[in-house]
Amino acid sequence: MLQPPTLPTNYTIKPGHIKTSTGKTIRTEEMIVNMGPQHPSTHGVLRLEIVIDGEIVRECIPHIGYLHRCFEKHAEQMTNYQQVIPYTDRMDYCSAMTNEWGYALAVERMLKIEVPERVEYIRVIMAELQRIASHLIAVGTYGIDSGAFTPFLYTFIDREPILDLFEMTCGARLLYNYIWIGGLSHDLPPKFIEQAKEFCKYFRPRLKQFNDLLSYNEIFVKRTANVGVIPKDVAINYAISGPQLRGCGVDWDLRRDDPYSVYHKLDWQVQVGKGELGTSLGDCWNRHMVRMREMEQSLNIIEQALAGLPEGNVKAAIPKRIRPDKDAEIYVRTEGSRGELGYYIISDGTASPFRVKARGPAFVNLSVLPEIARGCMLADLVLIAGSIDIVLGEVDR
Amino acid sequence: MTAQEVFTVLKAQFGDALTEEKISAAGGSAAVGYALQEWISIAPEKTKDICFFLRDDNEMQFDYLSCLSGVDYNNGKLGIVYHLFSMVHKHKLVLKTLCTKDHPHIQSVSEVWGTANWHEREVFDLFGITIDGHPDLRRILLPDDWVGNPLRKDYKVQEFYHGIKVPY
Amino acid sequence: MGLLDQQFENDNVFITSLDGLFNWARLSSLWQMQFGLACCAIEMMAASASHFDSMRFGVIPRATPRQTDVMFVAGTVTIKMAQRIKRLYDQMAEPRYVISMGSCSNCGGPYWEHGYSVLKGVDRVIPVDVYIPGCPPRPEALLEGIMKLQEKIRHESLAKKKSIAV
Repeated sequence: MLQPPTLPTNYTIKPGHIKTSTGKTIRTEEMIVNMGPQHPSTHGVLRLEIVIDGEIVRECIPHIGYLHRCFEKHAEQMTNYQQVIPYTDRMDYCSAMTNEWGYALAVERMLKIEVPERVEYIRVIMAELQRIASHLIAVGTYGIDSGAFTPFLYTFIDREPILDLFEMTCGARLLYNYIWIGGLSHDLPPKFIEQAKEFCKYFRPRLKQFNDLLSYNEIFVKRTANVGVIPKDVAINYAISGPQLRGCGVDWDLRRDDPYSVYHKLDWQVQVGKGELGTSLGDCWNRHMVRMREMEQSLNIIEQALAGLPEGNVKAAIPKRIRPDKDAEIYVRTEGSRGELGYYIISDGTASPFRVKARGPAFVNLSVLPEIARGCMLADLVLIAGSIDIVLGEVDR
Repeated sequence: MTAQEVFTVLKAQFGDALTEEKISAAGGSAAVGYALQEWISIAPEKTKDICFFLRDDNEMQFDYLSCLSGVDYNNGKLGIVYHLFSMVHKHKLVLKTLCTKDHPHIQSVSEVWGTANWHEREVFDLFGITIDGHPDLRRILLPDDWVGNPLRKDYKVQEFYHGIKVPY
Repeated sequence: MGLLDQQFENDNVFITSLDGLFNWARLSSLWQMQFGLACCAIEMMAASASHFDSMRFGVIPRATPRQTDVMFVAGTVTIKMAQRIKRLYDQMAEPRYVISMGSCSNCGGPYWEHGYSVLKGVDRVIPVDVYIPGCPPRPEALLEGIMKLQEKIRHESLAKKKSIAV
């Protein structure tokens, strides 16, 4: 039976002078420590400048930009709207399908194109498979952050069937260029549906096994509970979205609340953090559990979508040259694996976009780190940064 | 609330701070369906006051800043576009402000929404718009001693940076 | 002892060249610096996970550059990052090797034309031994790159290289 954790949340020792028990006074000082762009928590090239007093973090200043790949400049220079899609893949590289979908949806809404229903269902299946794959990376590397290496191996084995499905459909394991404006690049191959159903059957018991291994492990709960708590109003003020917001107890999911595609036809639940087992709402453990439970809901969505997949074409009738109206502009937001992925596209009537701004959820979610890291210990800081689940491609774009 | 209603309330409150408005011909609420979005244009010196009002007023409560983007309109003008959303009332709003390239100054809204902090730093970095009142205005995505603002339409890549050749 | 077990007629005395021995030791245990930059890092992690398993080649990830032999530059190198990569390369102890994984670190990749902040190929700051093409390369391609590096090491020599008269 797991006991609820009883750790204090913020540690306070006055800096300055410490007295030994024999009466001698030692002068203490805060240090600036650099958790540089290369560090073994495999979250990418993030630099944290930490002002530390012994083991307690007083300030944490993130420095980003080590992976700034000029997505917005490329989008302006491409000769047509379709060519931007491989660049959107590479922004959040752990979750490429959702990126492509967000952009394709924005352009389709600007041109007022309706895609065939088969396309919607396939897009949902691909996005949910991608969400599972992305959350598997997140929880696997989160296990490494907290010192457990085995969950990483488990999750990467479970990713392989998903990547096989993607490779079967569009030829690539990680960056697909599959969801095109007005449809998809290829239809599903003949064996896809059976293999996907087999995957769903295979994966469900693996989730339970993973939960028993990591999520309900007493050491893991004690390390992640009550750490990095984000209050609800701070979360909304900092525009947090995705599993991080739902871990704070806010019931908000763009697939249900700002609906797009056929999510409203399928039966699934939005997973919200509940603060069970003595943990507080908005801490690292609840964020982790939201991701675990979301994977199960994604399985439900995939099974229903596979069962209800209609026949039809996978390419809508779109004009040969995509030229939206002059001064047309639109902001469309979709639920990426990390939160609200938004694309703000301004068109000037020519064949290439005038301005494409990608609102990456990881960029916004990371900006709250200085607020929540104050007063925690250095080892907790690693866990807090890991629970935000950043992908630097999306932070830096 | 539709953009038209928000506009009337804002006009009553702030009058001259609203420069020009364009509400689309389709009309109706911008939060519904596929309608392209209507926007309200505000003066760059008054952004903070207007945004405080929009966040705190009971009927509006725009507490969620979805996106803050800089734009170079290629006619000597730079601008920022704010996409607001209300988690309470579930309505959306788009605000725009403009400034010229000779005098690129826009007031910060980072006191209103904490998320604007990093977004405004990015606008400063990539467009060169000075954000007045920002607590920590420095480059965020490019190195600190980079020369130029890359997302401006007239940007030319520098040849060398600390001895490393930059173009291909 | 694996490959060497029960293979020889005589016991206890093996004759080989010093080159052969050193090269065999070096290529069989190339410790990698755990240093993923971008999308190729995910494939690099997949290569060290159990399905593709780079550990059977002797390649294990180490956190610090002081303990590593090979650096996989996996992903896009930006100019902001290039100075740090140079520093990390300098911190590695010799003999050290660099494998450039993916098109971004080979030549700038898809960002070669308009990427103002992207370094067009990591060989502008550090010397590279093996280039692996792909965007991202499959984990098997990374394993082939490791094998190519092992081939290269197998033919190295401890003797001083004769300079080429120009």
